[in-house]
Amino acid sequence: MHYLILILVLYLFWLLLSGHLTLFFLSLGLISVLLIAWLQHRMDQIDREPALLKITLKLFRYAGWLSWNVLLSNIDVVRRIWDPKLPIDPVWERLDIHVKSAREKTLYANSITLTPGTLTTDIKDDHFLIHTLTPEGMKQLREGEMEKQIKRLRI
Amino acid sequence: MLFAAVVAIIVTMGLALIRACLGPTAYDRMLATNMVGTKAVLLIAVGGHALGWSGYADIALLYAMINFISSIAVMRFFEYQKTLPSQEDE
Amino acid sequence: MDTLLNFLSASCFLIGGFLCITGGVGLLRFPDFFTRVHAAGVTETLATPLLITGIILNQPDLSLDSIKLLMIMLIVLATNPTASHAMTKAALHGGLVPFTRSKGDAEKEAKKQTSQKNSSETGGDISTP
Repeated sequence: MHYLILILVLYLFWLLLSGHLTLFFLSLGLISVLLIAWLQHRMDQIDREPALLKITLKLFRYAGWLSWNVLLSNIDVVRRIWDPKLPIDPVWERLDIHVKSAREKTLYANSITLTPGTLTTDIKDDHFLIHTLTPEGMKQLREGEMEKQIKRLRI
Repeated sequence: MLFAAVVAIIVTMGLALIRACLGPTAYDRMLATNMVGTKAVLLIAVGGHALGWSGYADIALLYAMINFISSIAVMRFFEYQKTLPSQEDE
Repeated sequence: MDTLLNFLSASCFLIGGFLCITGGVGLLRFPDFFTRVHAAGVTETLATPLLITGIILNQPDLSLDSIKLLMIMLIVLATNPTASHAMTKAALHGGLVPFTRSKGDAEKEAKKQTSQKNSSETGGDISTP
């Protein structure tokens, strides 16, 4: 079933990228999409975890919340770069995490890295190693607002 | 305004190249190179739009993908090149 | 309507260009590798979307190119954290230790982590299957 979805999505992607609607291009697209589906089938025999991301309204709301945060921290980092005194005080500490699944961890670590001023340097079973530009960034992460938002997604 | 954006991107690429030449460690150089790559994607997109090219978006899209893969590949290479001799010492 | 769109795209280009240069300056001014990654993040997380939004608004009408530009934006935003993570992880394995101004808990933590890392070096690594 999920190969059918994969083929449909990939073919739509092909149509968007090519923009030509002649028989030659359409059949070329079909051949490459089927080839990719076959490769995907071969790879699934090694990787048991089915990678189907449920795209829900909550995910979009999270994306909006994240981009707002990225904007705010961008302004902060830009201000620090242009300040002649360079008011930075880097911190490198461990951050305990409460999310369990690999998918949530990936999303959490990538969200932290996407936000300027905070950076995930290493991922372990129950904690991340976080490098932040200022102690305030670390304090904000410890409050765990982002983690709460990710837990609420239930992906 | 398009002209200003193009000039800004080229200036940024120059700054990143300075860092790539100065960079005390290989990682600094790789960071600068990655940034030059991202800026090249933007330069293709903005410059292509300014000059009225057709199909510039395809080239920029392809370059964005290749840039990512190349930086990952080079970083993996550095990671194992550095760790393997220390393991042999132990 | 047209003048509004022109104004919006012009301001997107101006702010995006300024942010690009900011990232470049930060890359030169910051003291060590890990802080430079933060500076590079500024150019890639905000300057890229702004410049691409500027191009989309500057086009006479919506076309396939707009969708492709949106895809470029999504790809850059999705791959940038992964690339920075790969770089910092490689730097940590290469033995680079972040520069911290305030000695104390952070320093102790760092020492503990590096010793832990060295001991677990032979035990294998999460990201390498």
